[in-house]
Amino acid sequence: MVRFWPMCATAVVAGLLLGGLTSGQALADGSGSATLDAARARGQVVCGISGQVAGFSLPDSQGVMRGLDADTCRAITAAALGDANKLKFVPTTAQNRFTALQSGEVDLLSRSTTWTLSREGNLGLMFAWVNYYDGTGFLVKKASGVKSVKEMDGASICVQPGTSTELAITDYYRLNKMKFTPILIQELAEVQGAFLSGRCDAYSTDASALATFRFSQGAKADDLILLPDIISKEPLGVMVRKGDDKWFDIARWTFAAMIVAEEKGITQENVDTFLTSTDPDIRRLLGVEGEMGKALGLDPKFAYNVIKAVGNLGEMWDRNITPMGVPRGINNIWTKGGLQYAPPMR
Amino acid sequence: MWLRVNLFNTWLSTAVTLALGYVILRAGIAAVEWGVVRAVWEVPYGPTGIADTASCQSAKGSGACWAIIADKYRLILFGRFPYDQQWRPAIVVLLFVALFALSTVRAVWRRGLQTRLIQRAAIAGAMLIVLDNLADFLALIAQIGFGLDVLRSFSLLFSVLATLNFIGKWVLTLGLLFLWPAIGVWVATLAVIGMLMFGGVLGLTPVAVDYWGGLPITLILATFGLAFAFPLAILVALGRRSTEMPAVKTLCVVYVELIRGVPLISVLFMASVMFPLFMPPGINIDKLLRAQIAVILFAAAYLAEVVRGGLQALPKGQSEAADAMGLSYWQKTAFIILPQALRLVIPPLVNTFIGFFKDTSLVLIIGIFDLLTMGKVALSDPPWQSFSTEIYVALAVVYILFCYGMSRYSRGLERELNSARGR
Repeated sequence: MVRFWPMCATAVVAGLLLGGLTSGQALADGSGSATLDAARARGQVVCGISGQVAGFSLPDSQGVMRGLDADTCRAITAAALGDANKLKFVPTTAQNRFTALQSGEVDLLSRSTTWTLSREGNLGLMFAWVNYYDGTGFLVKKASGVKSVKEMDGASICVQPGTSTELAITDYYRLNKMKFTPILIQELAEVQGAFLSGRCDAYSTDASALATFRFSQGAKADDLILLPDIISKEPLGVMVRKGDDKWFDIARWTFAAMIVAEEKGITQENVDTFLTSTDPDIRRLLGVEGEMGKALGLDPKFAYNVIKAVGNLGEMWDRNITPMGVPRGINNIWTKGGLQYAPPMR
Repeated sequence: MWLRVNLFNTWLSTAVTLALGYVILRAGIAAVEWGVVRAVWEVPYGPTGIADTASCQSAKGSGACWAIIADKYRLILFGRFPYDQQWRPAIVVLLFVALFALSTVRAVWRRGLQTRLIQRAAIAGAMLIVLDNLADFLALIAQIGFGLDVLRSFSLLFSVLATLNFIGKWVLTLGLLFLWPAIGVWVATLAVIGMLMFGGVLGLTPVAVDYWGGLPITLILATFGLAFAFPLAILVALGRRSTEMPAVKTLCVVYVELIRGVPLISVLFMASVMFPLFMPPGINIDKLLRAQIAVILFAAAYLAEVVRGGLQALPKGQSEAADAMGLSYWQKTAFIILPQALRLVIPPLVNTFIGFFKDTSLVLIIGIFDLLTMGKVALSDPPWQSFSTEIYVALAVVYILFCYGMSRYSRGLERELNSARGR
């Protein structure tokens, strides 16, 4: 009897553990490996985001994910499954974001990730589109009277260590044969505090983050100036796995559709009135004629679903980035002097 | 009288008392002034729902901005759990607290009604659960290893097994409630907690694990982590002291040294970053489960050494006397060695428990948002970005409540268990 009890206990514990392991797994669908098939079978697109960056992906007080990256996920989900709510956000960190996409834990990675050659070449991942053209900028105090980075020879600059910002500043100063003293501080709140308390002459990181920080200062925002110089290119985009070209097409053409919608003045609110439009471009875009959706393996009204869910590219910007006081600049569509240019949808 | 003896005994102690009293008074007044008198309790909201924090900004430095807590407390406590469903994690937190409170009552831990019928029923229930899980596990291996979809070919068999599993869970839980009420209550409560969090039954909306966050995550990781780590730790500690089984001993030593030799962050990283790459495509083990297992393995290694300390402290005579009485190894260990050893190590045990309760916040680095991380997320909202002090003070209060509860319980337990030893 004495021997019997430990055996039972062991069996129960082992069984429970095995059960925990098994029930945590989703058995793969045998039908095919395309991301879209899997998403349809699951009834959900899984999108990797950061969950900690204001304006890009951050839960509001009700816990709903808001921001440009979050809306990018919504747009592609609306295109793929017809309903932007069939979406699961998975927070990822800077360290595990690529693994999450490689291992299939997420279908999309929309996490303010810079498009670079080595990332696309080495990681087995590819960038579908750029949703934000960012770059390294500088924030200085108005009282300092500095107007340009060129005037900042010998300045001390607050920067987070190990970031692409640090490398960009070093390159820039070396190129222009100037000197600077880096003040390296890991924690975001502390590096910002150091700058405000005057430990350094300038604070440098991505221009979008600088603008947000400046905006968060409320009435004191006017004491700080964002220098016009942007010294590096940081195109932030949405990534998919290599080897699933159809899925890549869906992500890419979702953006094209949102840009065309902005060109044509189609918004979330007025999209229904355009269904009777005579403009052939609009008719093709909204799936009234032609077989644009079918070519992507989607519903003919995929673009209509996208616009209905998140609006056009400009609306996405106005909803998420404008409140933080960032001008649209090069992120505008090409007809308004920006870089967002959509290939024709026909 | 007490004052004179303790605080104003000599001129030196009088001076120290006065100086410290002054400092405490000043700090207290400053704290009240910052936290209550000049604090901002609410802010107006703009037409688009964006908070206008101008009043907080102007009070910054002199008064606290508690409006941020009022605005964000549900986000911090319950994370991204669907807003209209947040009563579920709220109940879960209360259930956890009730479970802890109940467990501190010693009477609950008494043996229950130990009849042979109930014992057999409980074993049968456990066996049914094991059977189903074993079958599922084998089906999974067949799926991964040989590409056979056993689940679909024998769907009837598996649905019968699943039903038996369900019945088994009820029988086991009820049986345990009778046999050992405390363990039964734990199993039942944890089952209810799981039901509330996952949903999908009784008309509750299913909520994916990725949407859990805040305090429930901290409590789940800590409670399950320590509940599983503790028995494992006892086994490892016993194994490490084994003289007759060198293989088991080596295994335990290697396990403890390996886990102790690396930081918790790297174990979590392995679980989060490396592990998925080894799995076949399409198979994802849930991230929280991976983190939970990592926490269990990590905590067990530390607790094992604490338990071993207790085992070392027992005089050899205890074990020899038990041997002389003809007790078996397990009887000796369960009735003579462990009760004495464990009560010796209550302080370091609780020390480790408290440490691990706080260490769970490290799961942030693998993208799981516990209480502390939700606080940081709340701070990322632009209008509120500069009010970190208020958030961290609030978080500290929550952590102190739980950790102080643990210390209080351990102190009571020590007093009660060691009353015979007069210290």
